Amino acid sequence: MNIIVCIKQVPGTSEVEVDQETGVLKREGIDSKMNPYDLFAIETAIKIKEENSAKVSVISMGPPQAAEIIREAYMMGVDEGALISDRVFGGADVLATSYTISQGVQKFGQYDLIICGKQTTDGDTAQVGPELAEFLKIPHIANVKKIVEVKEHSIIVDMDMPHAVQTVEVNYPCLITVEKDINQPRLPSFKRKMATKNQAIPIYSFNDFIDQNENNYGINGSPTRVIRIFSPEANNDREMWKDTPGVLVDRLVNKLKELKYV
Amino acid sequence: MAKIVIDQEKITDPQALLELCPFDALEWDNDYLSINAACKMCKMCVKKGPAGVFTFIEDEVVIIDKSQWQGIVVYVDHMDGNIHPVTLELIGKAKELAAKVNYPVYCLFMGYNIADKAQELLQYGVDEVFVYDDEELKHFRIEPYAAVFEEFISKVKPSIALVGGTTVGRSLAPRMAARFRTGLTADCTVLDVAENTDLAQIRPAFGGNIMAHIVTPNTRPQFATVRYKVFSPAEKTSSPTGKVTVCTIPKASLVSQIRVLQVKPKEKVKSIEDAEVIVVAGGGIKSSKDMEMLQVLADKLGGMVATTRPLIEAGFADPRLQIGLSGRTVKPKLIITCGVSGAVQFVAGMDSSENIIAINTDENAPIFNVAHYGIIGDLYKIVPDLIERLSSNHE
Ligand SMILES: Cc1cc2nc3c(=O)[nH]c(=O)nc-3n(C[C@H](O)[C@H](O)[C@H](O)COP(=O)(O)OP(=O)(O)OC[C@H]3O[C@@H](n4cnc5c(N)ncnc54)[C@H](O)[C@@H]3O)c2cc1C
Ligand SMILES: Cc1cc2nc3c(=O)[nH]c(=O)nc-3n(C[C@H](O)[C@H](O)[C@H](O)COP(=O)(O)OP(=O)(O)OC[C@H]3O[C@@H](n4cnc5c(N)ncnc54)[C@H](O)[C@@H]3O)c2cc1C
Ligand code: SF4
Repeated sequence: MNIIVCIKQVPGTSEVEVDQETGVLKREGIDSKMNPYDLFAIETAIKIKEENSAKVSVISMGPPQAAEIIREAYMMGVDEGALISDRVFGGADVLATSYTISQGVQKFGQYDLIICGKQTTDGDTAQVGPELAEFLKIPHIANVKKIVEVKEHSIIVDMDMPHAVQTVEVNYPCLITVEKDINQPRLPSFKRKMATKNQAIPIYSFNDFIDQNENNYGINGSPTRVIRIFSPEANNDREMWKDTPGVLVDRLVNKLKELKYV
Repeated sequence: MAKIVIDQEKITDPQALLELCPFDALEWDNDYLSINAACKMCKMCVKKGPAGVFTFIEDEVVIIDKSQWQGIVVYVDHMDGNIHPVTLELIGKAKELAAKVNYPVYCLFMGYNIADKAQELLQYGVDEVFVYDDEELKHFRIEPYAAVFEEFISKVKPSIALVGGTTVGRSLAPRMAARFRTGLTADCTVLDVAENTDLAQIRPAFGGNIMAHIVTPNTRPQFATVRYKVFSPAEKTSSPTGKVTVCTIPKASLVSQIRVLQVKPKEKVKSIEDAEVIVVAGGGIKSSKDMEMLQVLADKLGGMVATTRPLIEAGFADPRLQIGLSGRTVKPKLIITCGVSGAVQFVAGMDSSENIIAINTDENAPIFNVAHYGIIGDLYKIVPDLIERLSSNHE
């Protein structure tokens, strides 16, 4: 069985600020890390591998530095990995990102299961998994909270819905996105670190892909445009009440009356 | 084709140029300046760099004929015909947008044995409800649902598609956006429409620390998902004028690789998302038994108690009662926070509440930046007093 896990490098903190003057995110001094939600995806794959003998590969699209998270995945027990990186892919939105990853996935040959995280901590859209499945023309199940059974030609999973849990069986090849809390991701092991120290991280660039139309990638292949980013505004019409507790309670009761709660 | 080209001849101070890029995408190597894969195409280098070094080149794009795409469709989210209230909120917003550009408002309603429910939607002023009723659509499975959505879009050609940010919506909308190779903006909190029918979409990213204004300028339909409780529900009209159109789709289009084995309802706890009034317990609550005091207050106001994350971690309450980024998003009419500092992760889950009252001893607590009424005081003095006053009021 072949499993591919999609992972993304994100800023080390989401407490980012917008530069008021330029309208660009301030990134200086922010280091990067693996999208925390993707750790659950890797753990899910490794667990399946341990119980059913599978090969687990990771794929990531990002700048050259994103190779770091692939190395981290190796240390967790992943067998293979590849980085998709090219200037042509810059400025991609969800559509272009998913399309590019779909081209990259095809470099791995035959696969049975693709696992994505629930969402990222930067773009935070939770859309890449379903869009990737669409481009690969395979079914997907989102919000998977439990792997019930891994069979030879299908997998049974629990999908979390607001008011119900839906247990579904889906044939391979398919894609699932996993909830956080589906498992407890293992830490990178020192033994694996030594063992994979010299393991190569292949890089796929635009020239390696089947689709050689630059207009399908990066900013050119992106139907959305971010016009402006800004910090959320604080609510301006606000009152501060500073007084003795007795007076504060009086005012509060009056306010609740005014709002028709009393 | 858009790209940035560098005129190597005009480079005088390469080190200064490297500083221009907020994403470290510029490299100076062998006396040659290049842009690597870290480039986000933010164009800062073009805007801030010395004239002529960086040039943004964009070939003329083929402009689509937007008049071919008309109307706003709302995807009707439901379970066994019970319509999710986010649907009514989206209808409310759709009507507001439609009025500006003179568009009809449609509903797309797919499922099994739902035909009679479609009539209900007309009461909210929808112009046309398209119903696809088929046994294959009994449970949500992505391929048949996507096939119906595709069929509908190809037939009706809506300019804008609004989908609830529910489990189903968040699966279906991206699938459709990819199929039509168009844009999808996730979890919008503000929506407006320009005269040229482009949707102005504002959404939080980076866990609510950043807001982004996003457009889909040259593809249709424009997809947006919106979470529950972000917009206000549509009002009922006294004289509905819309109609229900029943559609069919060939069975062959509804095949699926997915088999639904079981649907197990979760035990019913009324969720804080549905509460009109919420009293929030924060770190200022010292022991789990003090939660009772807040419960009494909530009962008096006909609401529910919710908490911040530290109290969940301390085991004071059920995790389903947590508000915030890693908890629930709420939009009650009234929220009273008691001893809550107002961390961004908390605020992200409640800042669109209609009336926010905050009680905190620290006048510099960030919660006061979002509170409409900030009460600087000790909750252990104010809450018991308030309860007493409310009790005497009723008698
Ligand atoms: C402020 C801001 C707002 C944005 N809003 C939108 C928007 O509304 N619509 C839009 O189309 N684009 C948007 N983008 C762009 C979008 O975030 C990026 O295109 C990003 O590449 C993909 O989306 P995500 O980070 O939201 O991933 P998600 O869809 O949240 O990621 C889900 C999963 O997909 C996989 N995955 C995601 N990215 C990669 C990757 N690069 N390599 C490998 N696996 C990956 C991972 O398994 C991940 O857990 C926005 C960007 C910013 C900075
Ligand atoms: C990735 C991530 C996700 C997170 N998600 C969430 C989330 O979903 N929800 C969430 O809530 N948090 C979340 N957090 C945690 C968040 O950052 C804060 O730590 C948390 O919200 C603080 O909770 P608090 O305000 O109740 O407690 P504290 O920060 O301890 O604040 C207590 C406040 O009570 C006041 N106070 C003390 N005594 C009294 C008194 N007697 N009367 C009145 N006021 C008093 C104090 O002045 C103080 O402001 C997340 C953090 C991270 C990193
Ligand atoms: S466009 Fe932005 S990210 Fe790309 S090189 Fe210029 S400054 Fe850097």
